[in-house]
Amino acid sequence: MNDHDHGDTIPGGESPDTEGPQGATGYTVGLFLAVLLTAMSFWIASTDVIWDPAVPVAIVVLAVAQMGVHLVFFLHVTSGPDNANNIIALAFGVLIVLLVVAGSVWVMTHLNHNMHMAPADMAQHMR
Amino acid sequence: MMLGKLDWSAIPFDQPIPLVAAGAIGVGMLGVLAWITRAGHWPYLWREWITSVDHKRIGIMYTMLALLMLIRGFVDAIMMRTQQSMATGGAQGYLPPEHYDQIFSAHGTIMIFFGAMPFVIGLMNFVIPLQLGVRDVAFPTLNSVSFWLTAAGALLVNVSLVVGEFARTGWLPYAPLSETTYSPGVGVDYYLWAIQISGVGTLMSGVNLVTTILKMRAPGMSYLRMPMFCWTSLGSNMLIVAAFPILTATLAMLTLDRYMGFHFFTNDAGGNMMMFVNLIWAWGHPEVYILILPAFGIFSEVFSTFSGKPLFGYRSMVAATLFIVVVSFLVWLHHFFTMGAGADVNAAFGIATSVIAVGTGVKIYNWLFTMYGGRVRFPTPMLWSLAFMVTFVIGGMTGVLLAVPPADFMLHNSMFLVAHFHNVIVGGVVFGAFAGYTYWFPKAFGFQLDETWGRIAFWPSVIGFVLTFGALYVVGLDGMTRRLQHTEVDEWVPWLHVALGGVGFMMLGVAAQVVQLVVSIRHRDRLRDATGDPWDGRSLEWSTASPPPFFNFAVLPDVHGEEVYWGIKQKAIEAQRLGPEPRYEPIHMPRNSATGFVTAFFATLIGFALIWHIWWLAALGFVGAYATFAVFAWRKEEEYEVPASVVAEADRARRAARHAWLETQRDREVPA
Repeated sequence: MNDHDHGDTIPGGESPDTEGPQGATGYTVGLFLAVLLTAMSFWIASTDVIWDPAVPVAIVVLAVAQMGVHLVFFLHVTSGPDNANNIIALAFGVLIVLLVVAGSVWVMTHLNHNMHMAPADMAQHMR
Repeated sequence: MMLGKLDWSAIPFDQPIPLVAAGAIGVGMLGVLAWITRAGHWPYLWREWITSVDHKRIGIMYTMLALLMLIRGFVDAIMMRTQQSMATGGAQGYLPPEHYDQIFSAHGTIMIFFGAMPFVIGLMNFVIPLQLGVRDVAFPTLNSVSFWLTAAGALLVNVSLVVGEFARTGWLPYAPLSETTYSPGVGVDYYLWAIQISGVGTLMSGVNLVTTILKMRAPGMSYLRMPMFCWTSLGSNMLIVAAFPILTATLAMLTLDRYMGFHFFTNDAGGNMMMFVNLIWAWGHPEVYILILPAFGIFSEVFSTFSGKPLFGYRSMVAATLFIVVVSFLVWLHHFFTMGAGADVNAAFGIATSVIAVGTGVKIYNWLFTMYGGRVRFPTPMLWSLAFMVTFVIGGMTGVLLAVPPADFMLHNSMFLVAHFHNVIVGGVVFGAFAGYTYWFPKAFGFQLDETWGRIAFWPSVIGFVLTFGALYVVGLDGMTRRLQHTEVDEWVPWLHVALGGVGFMMLGVAAQVVQLVVSIRHRDRLRDATGDPWDGRSLEWSTASPPPFFNFAVLPDVHGEEVYWGIKQKAIEAQRLGPEPRYEPIHMPRNSATGFVTAFFATLIGFALIWHIWWLAALGFVGAYATFAVFAWRKEEEYEVPASVVAEADRARRAARHAWLETQRDREVPA
């Protein structure tokens, strides 16, 4: 099933040719992209180039891109065959985060929904 | 000022029960320490156990911690049962409410976090590398750190018995009751820091074991050739990695509320206490599967071994395990159906909860079909497994009943619920742990546990378990709510007495288990396991000696097909000789390290200091823990070489024992 990892018994000891973007160049490019994306989030929040209500969306997009940069350049997640475990682990992690976050949002809004009042009024009531 | 909130009023001089109990434990511990000192065992203990990074030693220490804590939790249970059967019809019993509340909180906390968790993690630690055919876990020193941090958490909970108090908020400290407004004492703080410290240990254990299973299998051991215990352990540890950060984050938010005046879960200033309940169960439900999945693995091994057959439906078992892993993250709201969510949410989570039972149902049938047509033997591990099968099905059915929201509206917070989760956790996790304990004990120590005393322990335990929780189901259906310090309803009284009687039976069971251990140690020469394969096992742990050499395998096994050891054994019996002697090579093994013990020492200081607001001591603890990490990170040598001659000597002894055993098999009929 996974013949490629026979003998691959030392975790962390990846062979150098499977590391994706190479050595110092890879890290430099990664650092540059990470700083660029960070700077852009600050810039977008402080300018009016973008329509105001869209700013949070833009920041979320930049944050997701940031995660991608970290995964590829710093954590060396690639689509190569040797990376099957990493990809599965990542997919599992994303699935669980989505389930817990989306589920919690759904559960919590539903609680307030059934109270037939806004959270602020609810707070007033419970005073 | 030097000692923060700590002064003499923290010691409960006016409460004889905790003081006497703590005094007895203290005298006992001092006695043990004095005996060790007098006998001069400290160098041995330090070298072979405390600083050991051997997964087998760490697994055994986890299991010993678990056994001790199970007894501590059981004492709490005895107190609760006696209190409830005394405090009826106007009587108040012997435990005042503030003390009773601490007891049920400590009972749940200790049983789950320091009884059940160390037990399953200990068994996984011990067994997984042996079953995978490798020499250690992926990160041996981290493993030692994990264990000692768990022990530090257990120590803090037990310190609360005599210095200060424990939480009165239940085993999950629901906000806002656990906020400073309603719980101003140190009880909740003891809970928070004990669980956070041991939680770090558990998370690192999960990372370690997932890595071990994914990256460290013997050559040829593909995923679908792993024994079922490795699969369910993989599922369990994936859940640890996914779920424990939720617990850590939730308790960290509660900590910020209590220490820094934040408002995550308070009534006022925009806090939302329902969010605490939501988050804690987003961890809490996966947690119950973290506990039960390794137990399912143990039962799979036991049923297969003692039926003399391969596990029925191996692939469906793998699929069911992975199904449970994912769906366990889709059911958490069933712990709070009554919190106010509407029909959409309740129906979705109710259905998901019923659906998860399908995965377990598949497993039950697979175990039945494993036994069907087999030559079934009934030693103690098999008895526990059969008791599990019968009782767990009942617990599963009451669980599916509780998964129906309208039924849950009637039954939530009742003794019926208490009976249900004890039914599945005791009948599933504890019986599984005992099955694993008796099954792998000869592998760990080189001699078997006494069968007669095993049976004497088994029957009263099961009878007591059925009596106690059967009675609690009944009072639950009669409307008794949980966590009552006294009751006023006459109809409940006879059932509460039945429950107390059941606890009496279980006490006999516990006593018999202790006797079993003592008797077995005394008769260890008669019970010696010479071959390393006392049960006629099927997986790789039985191919090495009992106890295994510290390097587990002289030569890493070469795996062809499923049930590799069974295949090798049949071939040897048929040919009447072992395979050719392998060429022995030097082995590299990790060095011992005091990192785990020292880190846990500083972690205990940090925890105790933060509980009592002794800030300088907390800072000192942080500096010490960081320094320990730095020393370890800059270590020069991490491995040493075991010469080939040592390896050869150990393995030749094993081969000689096997040869002798083969002689006895000469006339045995070889199954086709």
